[in-house]
Amino acid sequence: MAFDSKIPKGEMNEKWNDYKGHVKLVNPANKRKLEVIVVGTGLAGASAAASLGEMGYKVKAFCFQDSPRRAHSIAAQGGINAAKNYQNDGDSVFRLFYDTVKGGDYRAREANVHRLAEVSTSIIDQCVAQGVPFAREYGGLLSNRSFGGTQVQRTFYAAGQTGQQLLLGAYSALERQVALGNVTMYARHEMLDVVMIEDKARGIIARNLVTGELEKHFGHAVLLCSGGYGNVFYLSTNAMGSNVTAAWKAHKKGAFFGNPCFTQIHPTCIPVSGDYQSKLTLMSESLRNDGRIWVPKNKGENRKPVDIPEEERDYYLERRYPAFGNLVPRDVASRAAKERCDEGYGVGTTKLAVYLDFADAILRYGKIEAGKMGDHSASEAALIQLGKEVVKEKYGNLFAMYEKITGENPYDMPMRIYPAVHYVMGGLWVDYELQTTVKGLYALGEANFSEHGANRLGASALMQGLADGYFVIPYTLGNYLADEIRTASISTDHPAFVETEKAVKDRIDTLLNIKGKQTVESFHKRLGLIMWDKCGMARSEKGLKEAIEQIQALKKEFWSDVRIPGEANGMNTELDKAGRVADFIELGELMCKDALVRNESCGGHFREEYQTEDGEAKRDDENFSFVSAWEYVGESDWKLNKEELTFEIVKPTQRSYK
Amino acid sequence: MNLTLKVWRQKNNQSEGSLETYQVKDISSEMSFLEMFDVLNEQLILSGGEPIAFDHDCREGICGMCSMHINGRAHGPWTNNTTCQLHMRAFKDGDTIVVEPWRSKAFPVIKDLTVDRSAFDRVIQAGGFISVNTGNAVDANSLPIDKKDADDAFMAASCIGCGACVATCVNSSAMLFVSAKVSQLALLPQGAPERESRVLNMVAQMDKENFGNCTNTYACEAECPKGISVANIARMNKEYLQASLTTES
Repeated sequence: MAFDSKIPKGEMNEKWNDYKGHVKLVNPANKRKLEVIVVGTGLAGASAAASLGEMGYKVKAFCFQDSPRRAHSIAAQGGINAAKNYQNDGDSVFRLFYDTVKGGDYRAREANVHRLAEVSTSIIDQCVAQGVPFAREYGGLLSNRSFGGTQVQRTFYAAGQTGQQLLLGAYSALERQVALGNVTMYARHEMLDVVMIEDKARGIIARNLVTGELEKHFGHAVLLCSGGYGNVFYLSTNAMGSNVTAAWKAHKKGAFFGNPCFTQIHPTCIPVSGDYQSKLTLMSESLRNDGRIWVPKNKGENRKPVDIPEEERDYYLERRYPAFGNLVPRDVASRAAKERCDEGYGVGTTKLAVYLDFADAILRYGKIEAGKMGDHSASEAALIQLGKEVVKEKYGNLFAMYEKITGENPYDMPMRIYPAVHYVMGGLWVDYELQTTVKGLYALGEANFSEHGANRLGASALMQGLADGYFVIPYTLGNYLADEIRTASISTDHPAFVETEKAVKDRIDTLLNIKGKQTVESFHKRLGLIMWDKCGMARSEKGLKEAIEQIQALKKEFWSDVRIPGEANGMNTELDKAGRVADFIELGELMCKDALVRNESCGGHFREEYQTEDGEAKRDDENFSFVSAWEYVGESDWKLNKEELTFEIVKPTQRSYK
Repeated sequence: MNLTLKVWRQKNNQSEGSLETYQVKDISSEMSFLEMFDVLNEQLILSGGEPIAFDHDCREGICGMCSMHINGRAHGPWTNNTTCQLHMRAFKDGDTIVVEPWRSKAFPVIKDLTVDRSAFDRVIQAGGFISVNTGNAVDANSLPIDKKDADDAFMAASCIGCGACVATCVNSSAMLFVSAKVSQLALLPQGAPERESRVLNMVAQMDKENFGNCTNTYACEAECPKGISVANIARMNKEYLQASLTTES
């Protein structure tokens, strides 16, 4: 099977320009005859569908939600990076490229990352032109803030709702194309398989989630923009419906899966409160700009946080990483929190939490405000009041969300936070053109294994999703479709469509006929526990081997004892969930296998056997400087292919934030 | 706590629905309202019944998918809140809670508590955008925007499209939803070229979708999870009047 990353030759900063200058084009008359299927309508999918529609392709877009506006990109809070250097603080395309390769712990492809940094500036221009209301300064120009893992201010934001505003921008562009007739939208539809004709992807089988009917859709190319698979852990910051099914079906039809074990555990989430918990809520990383993270110096501390004196607090990030302090990258911050809690310094009822404290920031802002008013004798209470107003303007919606969930007021009491699964760097393997190992099948956004290597920096997911959809796929897709202009639309009566549809129907019938005793949810929870304990923040050979056995056993039990009420005709949310959990179980096994062969620690992948004396990740560039690209062979059987990574510009060094 | 739930059950949009009564036990006050529904659904499945269909996705108050009418209020008893962010400490042991879907001619029930809100998408298709193709944009800082206008546009843009405004309105009016988008784009210089056609087309589509008119009860603002102000409705009325007077038809 073809396995070529197709990285253009030439100097790093000329590759993309050179590619664009020589790529094949499709003339407007031919574009009208070419059909493109887009699965998923988050930032990557909506921007791709809108852009391709504008170009004149006939697009069909699918999402499982009731409207494309609800895709989970909407929940991204903090911001989007771009190398605009509006703050005159020394930022550049090169620095964004460098930070991203380093932040990813040297497990990303340099050429892709450089392209991402190059197009980042156009994304901000495009979004502002669409009416995305980014935060502004009093002079009317755009405001920036800093984010973890960088020392410049390159993050654009819209309060704590950046993802929402960017998605609504892309959604409005998409709806405009729907109105113009260039895009047909299929909401409440779920893709259940890819249709292959000869060796090319030629369409999909989708289930109408309202009527239950299976539908066959032809496309000259299929774009999977279906997001990440963090819900394999059951508890994550993903939406309840986020799933791996579209990507997994593609994988079983020949698309390699890249670095499946690379998971991002986000350091600042609201801790688990009980076993009924259905999801976890992120508190934006932007809070680390002003919040200080600490635990008590004494084990078994029982006083309220405000009663613990300064000298009895351990600001462990500031202590361990003085250069970056509370702004170390996510993988580093998460592991440090786990280390403290494992050592017995955790706080709260479960002792699996650390404090994120705004008291210093409130006082500091209060002093600045009082200074502006010329009041140099304000009481501490007055300063705190002034400071709270500033903090409210910056983070008001996040503080309100925290209070709703926990019932505690974070203006007066430090937040309790703990790491949670948030994002996956792994995904379908794609080449420079975002094409998977299946011809005509592309993966964009979080669904691909992407530019983030083994760890994603904050505010880079939104950047990548929109880069792929607005500025990469419109060029690279043409390079494939230019050779497809002679392919007439294929009838969905073609045997390949009929057979694939039948296989999908058979699987649904099999699931419904098990009529066992355990609910889908209970299987999902059990899978999540195995994954979190053994393939979560710390992994070991022993644990991973156990996990693989447990998952295989769970799979057997699922297929013999799951209970799905209702029928295939009509809306059946349990059936939808069952199909997704069945795929998560298979994916979980592959993630453990991937983690098991990677005998090193890098980014979000931490193998207990491979750490330095002071507990930092120990990378092994000599043996593991590659992308794992897993090929599906058969049930519980995969072949590992390796894409060697070479670094021309950013020479791998030990990542230090000290 | 132990609770009695009366929940609207309806097989599909062809059938008649009714309120069914269920008991749930040992509900923790730390649970979210939807987690309490998860418990109920697990109970229903295990006892041979069918779970209640309800829309939900992000469970952090931002996607706008959840949509329950709880004890007569859209999204339940807390203000500026979505159903998914409602927590059980809002209730006490022994309470009876009545849960219904959004009620509006423009939002037909699909099943149980799930309704069809695609009318909102069609209103956006009528003009809720700025016509700028990918690649057309000028540098983002080439057009400074007064901070107050930018902030007001942002406040209007924080609408999550959940439909609580429609569900709570005696007239099933969508004025708050439509005016939030009209306002956002009218406040920004980028929205100026299509300002008049936008408001006329969006209002025309709103009427076509069977949403009612506005009689200034302000219930929409009171129940909006994002606190969108009715000042947007006033702005839309001004935009509409201005456009009607100056546009040739």
